[in-house]
Amino acid sequence: MKYLSEYRNLEATKKILDEIHKITTREWNIMEICGGQTHSLVKNGILELLPEKIRMIHGPGCPVCVTPLNLIDKAIELLEKGVIMCSFGDMIRVPGSKKSLLEAKALGGDLRILYSPIEAVSIAKENPNKEVVFFAVGFETTAPANALSVLHAEKEGISNYSILASHVLVPPAMEAILDDQFCTIDAFLAAGHVCAIMGIQEYYPLVFKYKIPIVVTGFEPLDLVQGIYMSIKQLEEGQYKLENQYSRIVKEFGNKAAIEVIQKVFEVGNREWRGIGEIPNSGYVIKEAYRKYDAETKFNISNIKVPENASCIAGEILRGIKKPHECNEFGKTCKPANPLGAPMVSSEGACAAYYHFSTHLTD
Amino acid sequence: MNIENIGFETINLGHGSGGELTRNLLDNIIFKTFSNPFLDQKHDGAIVKIDGEMAISTDSFVITPIFFKGGNIGELAIHGTVNDVAMCGAIPKYVSLAFIIEEGLKISEFIKIVESIKKAADESGVLIITGDTKVVERGKGDKIFINTTGFGEVHPKANISVHNIKEGDKILVNGYIAQHGMAIMSEREGLEFESTIESDSTNLNFLVKDLLDAFGEKIKLFRDPTRGGLGTVLHEIANDISKGVFLKEVDIPLEKQVAAACEMLGLDPMYVANEGVFLVVVDPSIENEVLALMKNHKKGKNTAMIGKITTEHPNKVVMQSLIGGKRIVSPLVGEQLPRIC
Repeated sequence: MKYLSEYRNLEATKKILDEIHKITTREWNIMEICGGQTHSLVKNGILELLPEKIRMIHGPGCPVCVTPLNLIDKAIELLEKGVIMCSFGDMIRVPGSKKSLLEAKALGGDLRILYSPIEAVSIAKENPNKEVVFFAVGFETTAPANALSVLHAEKEGISNYSILASHVLVPPAMEAILDDQFCTIDAFLAAGHVCAIMGIQEYYPLVFKYKIPIVVTGFEPLDLVQGIYMSIKQLEEGQYKLENQYSRIVKEFGNKAAIEVIQKVFEVGNREWRGIGEIPNSGYVIKEAYRKYDAETKFNISNIKVPENASCIAGEILRGIKKPHECNEFGKTCKPANPLGAPMVSSEGACAAYYHFSTHLTD
Repeated sequence: MNIENIGFETINLGHGSGGELTRNLLDNIIFKTFSNPFLDQKHDGAIVKIDGEMAISTDSFVITPIFFKGGNIGELAIHGTVNDVAMCGAIPKYVSLAFIIEEGLKISEFIKIVESIKKAADESGVLIITGDTKVVERGKGDKIFINTTGFGEVHPKANISVHNIKEGDKILVNGYIAQHGMAIMSEREGLEFESTIESDSTNLNFLVKDLLDAFGEKIKLFRDPTRGGLGTVLHEIANDISKGVFLKEVDIPLEKQVAAACEMLGLDPMYVANEGVFLVVVDPSIENEVLALMKNHKKGKNTAMIGKITTEHPNKVVMQSLIGGKRIVSPLVGEQLPRIC
C-alpha cells in the first residue's frame, strides 16, 4: 500500500518519538481535533509511547458524536413515516431519545447503509414512488459529496430526494473550545481531511488571536507523531505558527472544486452540537434556492427538544475537559453494545476508541 | 443436469408441498446428485455407523449474495460445518442438508448450488445422508437458506479443549485473514468495488487430521474465526481461560489487496469474517514442527505464528502495533459499521 506503509514504519516513527522525548521539558496539552486522529492514536498505541509530560486531549471532530440527539429522532421519525432513509454506517447505532436507527430498521423501517450520498440519488431514481432521504452529517469533509447529491438530483429532475443535513464546521468549534473558561489546550493538531477540502487559510486568525500553535496533521502513525513533534517544538521555542504536516494531501487553498460545490448548496448558519450546545455560525444550512431538497422543510417533522442522558458526560469529553475513563459510567453501564452517549458508538468517538483499543482499561 | 426434467424454471410453493412436485425436485436433483447407500434408504432419517466418540455441529447459512467471488452459499454450507466438526478434533463423516427456499429462485441457480454442495462434500470426504426442503412465500426468505449438521468421529489422539491451554502456548494461523468477508463486501449492494479478492471458503479437515496424526494432544485447540473474525475468537479464548493473548500486528497474515480494501471501507481486518482460516494453539515445544507441517500443506502455505498465551493482562488480547505501541483487541460489537470519513 503505497503512501500507507511508509507512514506506519517502525524505525521512522521511533526516530521522531525519540526526538519528542529529547525536546520535551515541561507539561503540554495538545488537542487532536479529529476523531480519526483519536482512533489512530489509540489503535496504534501512540499515547503510551509519548513522554508522560505530553497529554493528548481528544477533540470534538467525530461527526457521529456531535450530531444533535433530536436530529437522530427526526431521522427515525422519517424512517417510521415510510421514507427510505440512507445513512453512513456508524450513524445507525447512535441512540436517539427512544431508539437508534438500527432498532427502527428492525421494526420495519427501510434503512440503507451507503458509502456515498450519490447512491441515495440513484435509489431515489429507482423508487420514484417513495421519498428518499440521505442523513447528511459530518464536517467540511463530507459536505461536498452531500452538496453534490443535491446538485445531481436537481440536474436529473429527481424530486423525491432530500437531505437531512447537520453539517458542522471545525474552526468555530475550536474557537468555542478556546473561549471555554476550563480550556487548558496549548496546541492543536488540525484535522487533515477537513483541511484537504477547505485549505488552511481560515486557521491563521485563530493562531494569532489565541497565540496558539496549530499543526495540520494526517492520520497515520508517522503523521501523528510528526504533528505532535512540530507542536512541541513550537511550544518549547515559545512560538505560535500555523504549520502543515499533511502537505502531501493538504494545499494552502484546499480543493477549489469541492468548495464551489459546497458554496452553491450551503451557507453558514448556527448549529447545535451534541454535548456542546449551539455555536454561532458553526455549520452549514441549505440555501434558500435548494430548500426543496431540505428534508426538515419538506416533511413536517416535529421539533421536540429532548434531554440527554443525565449521567453521560459527552459534553465534557468533547470539549477535552475529561477523559473517557474518568467517567463513572465508562465500561460499566456505558458500553458500545449499549451506549449512553454518542462518543461510545462511533469508532471515531473518544469513548469507543478507549473502550476498544486502550490498554489504560485494565479491568 | 437437465432442467427440462423438472418442468419448471423457478421454484414455487408446490415444490415444498410434500407432493408430486417435491418428489420430482428431490428425485431429479437431490437424490440423483447425492446418491449414496445411506441417502438411498429414502427413509425419514438415516441410520449410520460411527466409531467411538462423535462430534456434532450445526450451522445455518443465510449469506447474501448467494453467489460471490470464490464460491457460493452451497459450498459454504459444507465447508462451514465440516470445519466446525474438524475444529472439535474430529474427522467429519456425514452431513445433513436442509434448504429453505424462497419461491421464485431459479431452478438453474438451485442446481448450481446443489452441484457445489456435491463437489465440496466430495472434496471434504463427507456424505449427505439426510435432508429437508421447504419453500416459503416470496418476501419470507432471501432466495435460499441452508442448514447443515455435520457428524464426525473424534480423532483417537485428539484432546482438544480450551482448558488445556497454558501460559507460553503458541498461536498459529493457517493463512491470510479477512478474505471471505471482503469478497462478500465487494459484491454487496451499494458497496460494490472492483477487486480480485476471492472468498477463502475451503475445507480444513485434512490439515486438521494431519496435525492430530503428528502431534496428538500437544495440539491444545483449533478454532475457525468465521463471523466476528480473528479478533473476536482470540478474545473468547482469553476470556475462557482467564489468561491473556499477546499478538504482533506485523505477524498477522494479511494480503495486500484485502488490506487496501479494508482501509478504503474503514473496516478492521481483525473483525472481518473468514471461511478457510483456522487458528491452532500448540505447546511451545512443537511450534516449529507445526509451522513446518502446516506450511507444507496446500491449505496452510501462508501459515504464520501470530502470538502467544500469557498470564499478563488476563482476559485481554493485546496487540503490538506496527510502530511498537500496544492496543487492546476487544470483541466485535454488532456488525462492523463503515465510518463516515
